[in-house]
Amino acid sequence: MLEVNGLHVSYGQSEVIHGVSFDMNQDETLAIMGRNGMGKTTLFKALIGVLPSGAGSIRLDGKELSGLPAHKRVAAGLAYVPQGRMIFPNLTVMENIESGLETARTRKVPREIFDLFPVLLDMRNRKGGNLSGGQQQQLAIARALVTEPKVLLLDEPTEGIQPSIIKEIARTLNDIREMKKIAILVSEQVLSFTMEIADRLTVIERGEFIHEESRATADQAKIASYLAV
Amino acid sequence: MSGFSTQELLAIFAMQGFAGVSFFSVLLLMALGLAIIYGQMRVINMAHGEFMVIGAYATYLCSITLGALPGMTDYYLFFAIPIAFGSAFLVGYVVEIALIRHLYHRPLDTLLATWGLALIMQQGFRSAFGAREVSVLVPDWLRGSYRPTMMIDIPLNGIAILVLTLLVTLGVWWFLYRSRWGLRVRCTTANRDMSGAVGINTKRVDRVTFALGCGIAGIAGAAFTTISSTGPTSGSLYIVDTFLVVVFGGAGSLVGTIASAFSIAQAQSLMEFFLGSSMAKVLTLLTVIGILLLRPEGLVASKVRR
Repeated sequence: MLEVNGLHVSYGQSEVIHGVSFDMNQDETLAIMGRNGMGKTTLFKALIGVLPSGAGSIRLDGKELSGLPAHKRVAAGLAYVPQGRMIFPNLTVMENIESGLETARTRKVPREIFDLFPVLLDMRNRKGGNLSGGQQQQLAIARALVTEPKVLLLDEPTEGIQPSIIKEIARTLNDIREMKKIAILVSEQVLSFTMEIADRLTVIERGEFIHEESRATADQAKIASYLAV
Repeated sequence: MSGFSTQELLAIFAMQGFAGVSFFSVLLLMALGLAIIYGQMRVINMAHGEFMVIGAYATYLCSITLGALPGMTDYYLFFAIPIAFGSAFLVGYVVEIALIRHLYHRPLDTLLATWGLALIMQQGFRSAFGAREVSVLVPDWLRGSYRPTMMIDIPLNGIAILVLTLLVTLGVWWFLYRSRWGLRVRCTTANRDMSGAVGINTKRVDRVTFALGCGIAGIAGAAFTTISSTGPTSGSLYIVDTFLVVVFGGAGSLVGTIASAFSIAQAQSLMEFFLGSSMAKVLTLLTVIGILLLRPEGLVASKVRR
């Protein structure tokens, strides 16, 4: 379904991602684990098209996405929840969700979004910027979901969020996957969180994938050693 | 102010106040367009005044063609306003594609390029319409004035422009806050990268926003023709005041733009009567600078966590 092959990404002259390759199946969750500065966010930005990528290909259901502008990748089936949420602070919660309806078949926010995130229904007329970090995270996921994606990209969803909400987000992500049968690519530093949602874990270091296992056989101590500073 | 009786002073305030309202109307129409463009693309459009002049000349052309038809003199303005909007919109659309979009993220270059564009457009007007100022046929129903008392005299064209401005402002509000396009514009204004990543075609939004801002300047031009005559450089007279309104009001705030256009127009119009126009300008500018020192984000800044 999503096939990334030999992807290189650079900031000007300095290359940050050195030929990363991976495949994802429908209804599969892949976690990319790595410390700060290893290239997780850069990789995600290149996947959604906020950053241009160099050599290599990004294919979704056989369609080549590299080189396309971000909005066309969204139309093709990618959705992006960035690090730091990046919701629109001056727009209401409802307007934030509606902004994702550009590629959807209807202009109405589907009911199921509020089933997943009841708190957003209560806060629909508040400005997005006045929500707490955890609520903003839910809002960013809701905004990505209404685009009707095939692959959901989540960049460090637990960053700066209190532990009880982290558990809730893990549960929601599993619900979403159950309900929508979509692939989820998530980058993380928190191992306990990924062990709850991911089918496979891969470790990124200095812009390269250096270790991969499935959750069933994952050696947590070994992965944790990669994440230790 | 000595030497005026209270009654005279009241009448002066009412009439100068109303003269200020006409100025306010044109200023607000200009500022709306400029504020939308600046808010969305951080492009300071030095040629904004020339887009107003496009609207004014379009109205003039309508007046000498449509308006010359028998029985049309009274009504041609209703066609001229959409035509003024449309022609400025179209030119804006082409200018965005040909020039502006290559200069995003280069604010200083845009300043120079749009200034150059303004000079080119001024010369274009001069070649096409001559250096002499032209006037439109003012329909009968816009002549004359409304006299609530013996001393107060309110010109009808001022009232008409005010109504037009209110309609356009409402239209802009609806477009920005109630339509799908407006949502796209506000998203792109807030965060361009993220808007693309939720599926919004930000380049198309830029094009339409720029053209729309120019189109509103075109409407300002149509309004302008009923209070003044149009020359190739008419637009440059308004551009400085328009910038003042946008900066003072707080870029990206509709309410701020309206409040700031109103206070600047009224202050100038009232002070002009007592102090002369240069002194009025100086005082307005000093006040605006003073307030901006205290409130750098302008009159209305939105309160939200960032």
